[in-house]
Amino acid sequence: MIESTKEARPVKKAARVVSQEKIAEDIYSMWIKTDVARRAMPGQFISVFANDGSKLLPRPISLCEIFHEADILRIVYRVTAANTGTELFSRLKAGEAIEIMGPLGNGFDLSEKNKLRQVRKVLIIGGGIGVPPMLQLAKEFNHILDKHQIQLLMGYRDEVFLMSDFKDFGSLYIATENGSLGTVGTVMDAIDEFDLSADMIYACGPVRMLRAIKGYAKKNRCTCYLSLEEKMACGVGACLACICRSKEIDPHSNLRQKRICKDGPVFLSTEVEI
Amino acid sequence: MRSRIKLGPVELKNPVMTASGTFGSGEEYSEFVDLNRLGAVVTKGVSNIPWRGNATPRIAETHGGMLNAIGLQNPGIDAFIEKDIPFLRRYDTKIIVNVCGKTLEDYLEVVEKLADQPVDLLEINISCPNVKEGGIAFGQRPTGVFDVTQAVKKIAKQPIIMKLSPNVTDITEVARAAEAGGADVLSLINTLTGMKIDIHKREFALANKTGGLSGPAIKPVALRMVYQTANAVSIPIIGMGGIAIPEDAVEFILAGATGVSVGTANFYNPYATIEVLEGIEQYMKEYDFPDMESMIGFVRKH
Ligand SMILES: Cc1cc2nc3c(=O)[nH]c(=O)nc-3n(C[C@H](O)[C@H](O)[C@H](O)COP(=O)(O)OP(=O)(O)OC[C@H]3O[C@@H](n4cnc5c(N)ncnc54)[C@H](O)[C@@H]3O)c2cc1C
Ligand SMILES: Cc1cc2nc3c(=O)[nH]c(=O)nc-3n(C[C@H](O)[C@H](O)[C@H](O)COP(=O)(O)O)c2cc1C
Ligand code: FES
Repeated sequence: MIESTKEARPVKKAARVVSQEKIAEDIYSMWIKTDVARRAMPGQFISVFANDGSKLLPRPISLCEIFHEADILRIVYRVTAANTGTELFSRLKAGEAIEIMGPLGNGFDLSEKNKLRQVRKVLIIGGGIGVPPMLQLAKEFNHILDKHQIQLLMGYRDEVFLMSDFKDFGSLYIATENGSLGTVGTVMDAIDEFDLSADMIYACGPVRMLRAIKGYAKKNRCTCYLSLEEKMACGVGACLACICRSKEIDPHSNLRQKRICKDGPVFLSTEVEI
Repeated sequence: MRSRIKLGPVELKNPVMTASGTFGSGEEYSEFVDLNRLGAVVTKGVSNIPWRGNATPRIAETHGGMLNAIGLQNPGIDAFIEKDIPFLRRYDTKIIVNVCGKTLEDYLEVVEKLADQPVDLLEINISCPNVKEGGIAFGQRPTGVFDVTQAVKKIAKQPIIMKLSPNVTDITEVARAAEAGGADVLSLINTLTGMKIDIHKREFALANKTGGLSGPAIKPVALRMVYQTANAVSIPIIGMGGIAIPEDAVEFILAGATGVSVGTANFYNPYATIEVLEGIEQYMKEYDFPDMESMIGFVRKH
């Protein structure tokens, strides 16, 4: 695994689509060949650009898997509607070029391995399109903790995806709102049903879910990292489009506001107000 | 060195600058481009005290452009002087500080605090469409523009650029008012007020409802306004609005702009400033322009 990648500068360049498949209704999995992979960490994202002058802004997409040596990144994304940038991405075929910028954001910090080895149990939670970034995190935790210490909890509205990818990396729990699989309801219902506990939580998903998890972490005094989302223009911290509220005055903004693209997207649950 | 320009008394090594608010204070984009190569870095707007800006979402994509309603979030002039100016001083480029305010006194306080700072020019933003008071309120009436310009000019230790709003009936009226008030340079255009509705969520795309339109979509409007303004005043103009590639910048210069700023394009091409610079120099060679002077306003003179 790559250490001290915080210093790595992002670049914008063309990458090549290695392959792409539809893995659920409106959900696509794309492998891309790019040396951006060399310096990437779990929880970081790339800006993906549509080759269409009417859609100029980047689509921020999390890294689902990183193959440092092979120069390959995997992204898993939802086509949000017709005539969108993500719909254009979904039409790309193997061998075609795609413009990306990255790696961006801070990612999940796993550099303090010795400290992380003290963790008794970790709970990695993904909700909806927040599921993909948790895969690389789960994978990397397998180099730090034993499999039985790693609990993976994924929540979906209806159709599930990436289940077979997760199952080797920890004990997998599923919640679906329509009850098609696992616990009927949300990830919080699954935590109740299986009485899950942890001293460390990582989560990415809709803000409602993150809010509930933040509350749970506070009540149970566990360290909790949340990956947040907001509309972005620059993706590198310059335009101030993507701010969230922070508990303390941030040194860059000189306000109780942080930039999700640059200071995040991963924050300690106690440092942000969501 | 043939691309050297002068903005009032200040000489820039080339005409390429950054548009305020799209480049922070240069730090983020210094990871992509060598700031030493830019004619000037124009900083994000700074006010007398920290401003929180608007609620999110603050931006929305539109056809060939974007809307923003950042609302001039900034750390305030004291933090800016402490951190941003020392950062930029490490580079061999001119520093242009964009100044914003809600009242005339706000502007003057910032200008005063910058008096003994190592910055080269001040750009006075009287054209931001995203704040309720100040900003554009000053920029839409010729008398307002004249008054602010004169008041700022009186106390400013650096030459001043007045940044004009395109959201007016006649850009030449406000341009003449700024010149009469003592502006050394004009810059235009700021963003055009616009709107977008998210039909799936059935709500405004921006929390602020309206925002400023920027990017390639506005270039023809910006170019027309720069041309009209160049015909109306005799002070230099910094042209901006949708400049993304060298050809765009060349159009602005031929229409009468002395300098050019790259804004929204940085967001989707972080190398845009340098590409624009290299392309302008290439164009000058190709069309035998020995210096910028011979190229500025060429289509007006010939
Ligand atoms: C840090 C981060 C990581 C993300 N990771 C993933 C991921 O791994 N998989 C995935 O499917 N989605 C992810 N998203 C959400 C994804 O960015 C949006 O779904 C996507 O930008 C929508 O683009 P579009 O072309 O479908 O929609 P359009 O409607 O065409 O988008 C218009 C504009 O709005 C922006 N936008 C629209 N929705 C969102 C949103 N929810 N968040 C941010 N910008 C938005 C677009 O980037 C674009 O600039 C992530 C968002 C962030 C901030
Ligand atoms: C995100 C964003 C923030 C901006 N902030 C400022 C600002 O602080 N002060 C200012 O004078 N103009 C600001 N502008 C306007 C730009 O400087 C420029 O005038 C305008 O965007 C047109 O140029 P462009 O099409 O190249 O972006 C901002 C524009 C954008 C897109
Ligand atoms: S997207 Fe520009 S600061 Fe985050």
